[in-house]
Amino acid sequence: MDLEFIFGIIAFVIASTLRAATPLTFAALGGIFSERSGVVNIGLEGIMLFGAFFAMLGSHFTGNPWLGVLSGVLVGGLIALIHAFVSLELRANQVVSGVAINMLAMSGTALLLQKFFHTSGQSSSVAKIDDLSLPWLDQIPFVSDAIAHLNPLVYLAILMVILANFFLFKTTTGLRIRAVGENPDAAATLGVSVRKVRYFSVITSGLLSGLAGAYLSLGAMDLFKENMSAGQGFIALAAMITGKWNPIGAFFACLLFGLAEALEGQFQLLGLEIPKQFLHMLPYALTIVLILGVVGRSVAPAASGVPYEGRK
Amino acid sequence: MSTRSPFKLLKSAIFPLITLSCALLVGVIIITWMGGDPKNAYWHLFDGAFGSLPKFGETLVYVSPLILTGLSVALAFRCGLFNIGAEGQYIMGMITAAWCGAAFTNLPIWIHLPLTMLAGMLAGFLWAAIPGYFKAKFGAHEVISTIMMNYIALHLSDFLVNQVLIAPPGTSPITPVISASAKLTKLLPPSRANTGIFIALTCLILVYLFLWKTKWGFEIRAVGYNNEAANYAGINVTKNLIFALALSGALSGLAGALQIQGVQYRFIQLFGFTGYGFDGIAVALLGNNHPLGVLFGALLFGSMNSGALQMQSVAGIPKDLIGIIQAIIIFFIAADYMLKKFKLKKTNQSTPLSKEVQL
Repeated sequence: MDLEFIFGIIAFVIASTLRAATPLTFAALGGIFSERSGVVNIGLEGIMLFGAFFAMLGSHFTGNPWLGVLSGVLVGGLIALIHAFVSLELRANQVVSGVAINMLAMSGTALLLQKFFHTSGQSSSVAKIDDLSLPWLDQIPFVSDAIAHLNPLVYLAILMVILANFFLFKTTTGLRIRAVGENPDAAATLGVSVRKVRYFSVITSGLLSGLAGAYLSLGAMDLFKENMSAGQGFIALAAMITGKWNPIGAFFACLLFGLAEALEGQFQLLGLEIPKQFLHMLPYALTIVLILGVVGRSVAPAASGVPYEGRK
Repeated sequence: MSTRSPFKLLKSAIFPLITLSCALLVGVIIITWMGGDPKNAYWHLFDGAFGSLPKFGETLVYVSPLILTGLSVALAFRCGLFNIGAEGQYIMGMITAAWCGAAFTNLPIWIHLPLTMLAGMLAGFLWAAIPGYFKAKFGAHEVISTIMMNYIALHLSDFLVNQVLIAPPGTSPITPVISASAKLTKLLPPSRANTGIFIALTCLILVYLFLWKTKWGFEIRAVGYNNEAANYAGINVTKNLIFALALSGALSGLAGALQIQGVQYRFIQLFGFTGYGFDGIAVALLGNNHPLGVLFGALLFGSMNSGALQMQSVAGIPKDLIGIIQAIIIFFIAADYMLKKFKLKKTNQSTPLSKEVQL
């Protein structure tokens, strides 16, 4: 094999890794916001699916993919609002509510597909978001193939990681979110409204997961398929834990999981015999190892999943 | 706890009935919006599930696994564990039973039939024992680890059916048909109903007897109520946590085995989750984690899933409507479940002793 061929593969793998990591990154950031404020959100998967559907629908009706993304994001926020209401007002079991959201998303999007497209399986093609071509960078041989021709949402994901990290660790609101998730009583004593902060965080997690879904239907593809999230919401959850509830850490976990997916097709090319199913298992197995605490323990925010009853 | 007055029983049935009515009402709105006739759709939903003996037989095909996965989740809940992993344990039960059913060809039926069931149970048992062990020894939360185990099971079964157990000539991802000696007897032809329903019902009774009539069952429930108090009373919490989750897994594994032995006769590559494990969560919660409640929950969800096919083909309403109705039911339960726990906590805190423990 000549050098050019190998570099070609490497550039391709880098690009595929970034693409695969994008929806995971948005959803993992969403998970971080929710859990940092003390609300478990295993409905990420379902919210992604809703986001993917409504992004496609928005693009279908307006012909403008960016308006599609916007509608996917907003619907994601709306679904998260349900989760927030059930969790915060009715003090529901947050895991059960998440299970319900995932179920609702599976059947709900399938039903909506029937309603609007009179078909099952997948929608017709809609206007998608085209890949960018970055100036200057696309002139450099290897770099051009690796990072210069990607979807705008891929670059947005990287930007969001930096923003989320800044927001959570350098701003007052970020501090409040973390305080509410670690010790709601103490935060309440200092005059922070636990309820408001949690509403804000859970809705933010929905907006981000909706964006993750929008990337699936309008960035990676140009249509909606039934169950197109296919477990990526749970991989995002795994990335969140692997990254220790930290935006940058979670991003690296998403890159790792994205790499595993990108390598899948390449192994055969390079003559390596690793069954693809074991690559698929990697995120899940790694998460279990990490929560065991054998290699650098991942510890959830202290008040995560505990409904707040107020000071007594 | 075991002697319940009819009044109390009625009271515990009111909430599920209100929940069901509200969910069906939302269904009416959706059917109308889809341009259908609610009365007609619901009639076909009902007729599709109970309209004739073969239709009822098909309903039983959906009910049997739900009884077992529902029991599975309920048993874990009674020990204070949230087993989201029923789905993965079910898959492991299926693939193991498919292997055991096809691997032996000349065993007598009275050995091969129970052996295949046991193989499925053992697979589920071990698959759940792993997160149980991690929970007891490392404090790893079972919700996260069982979710992850579900996906590992899905991909592992994918690997096994494609690479290891694939039926000759190896062109499609299915395992060989199991031997006749591992198959359950058919009931109510031409439906796919089989004697697996009796095994599920037997398990219902056995789990009830185990939890409420044996010392070990009492220990499991004690750990579920308050594991610190149980520990103080000399109950081995670690052992009970692992055992309860593993036993819960065995029930889901059995559900998977019966699906192979009674319905499918071979493992076919899955392209996603079967849903029986997740529906089991709903069934357990709807049934208040009691075997009798699980039976009603399984009948309700099973008949809906079965009747939905006729509703779709004859009344033209997508069967996905049922999933929405079921999701709404779970939302209701989510809110109610915590309400009860909250009440329980409050009464606990009013006693001086537990106040000391709290501080």
